Amino acid sequence: MKVLQVIESAYRATQEEQDDTIVWISHAMKGAGADLNVLLRGNAVNYAVDGQDASGLAFSAWKQTQPPNMARDVAGLVDKGVEIYITEEDLAERGLGGAGLVAGVKPVPRAGVPALFAAHDQVWHW
Amino acid sequence: MAGKKTLTFALMDAPYESARTTTAFRLMDIAARRGYDIRVFAYEGAVCVPFAQQTAHPNALHGRDAEEENHPLPKDWVAALMTEAESNGGSVDWVNCGLCVDERGVADAIEGVRRGTPGDLWSMAGESDNTLIMGTR
Repeated sequence: MKVLQVIESAYRATQEEQDDTIVWISHAMKGAGADLNVLLRGNAVNYAVDGQDASGLAFSAWKQTQPPNMARDVAGLVDKGVEIYITEEDLAERGLGGAGLVAGVKPVPRAGVPALFAAHDQVWHW
Repeated sequence: MAGKKTLTFALMDAPYESARTTTAFRLMDIAARRGYDIRVFAYEGAVCVPFAQQTAHPNALHGRDAEEENHPLPKDWVAALMTEAESNGGSVDWVNCGLCVDERGVADAIEGVRRGTPGDLWSMAGESDNTLIMGTR
């Protein structure tokens, strides 16, 4: 079984979780033997943009010492052999068309998404 | 049972935050009435759905005490779903993401709920006819 994880909701409690929960569960399932790929769309395309810095969260004496690093976590999936697709139009609409992306991320046009779906046994839209 | 199916549902929403939880239960109830085998992976806030310490409350706006109000408790929905599935020859295997439970302090789940990992979602999906993800928005 090959699953395409579609990640659309972005930055949902990433400061609390120190990661995106769907990127995280993709790592965990891959480690458990899952055959999966990831499509970043909507606001989640920003996860593949290099150079993000989410550090600095502090409430009085409490300081977050390990902030989320989405680009690192996306790159980690690439390193594990997960194909990361990203919709070109969603990048362009957010002014990220020329942004530096994590190495190995594959831009696809929206028109190419149905073929991507067809290449997988199941599509899990988070 | 001819045509018996196994279905996996992944839930993410915490109770009382979204109609998606109710929608998921409507779908799972249909499956339970058909005697299907239902697999549930509760992720993030959804691990609170079967939390055993949920307590019904009165509603002064409605002028009803707790008993009259019969306030919905999602833990009761889980228990009812399990009973319904079993009475029709099916089953409910409800797995709570263990790390999600720990960070929320909701280990006290109703009977029949077990602790697991994302690997359980993958294995349940692999054993199922189909999988429905009910992600948080």
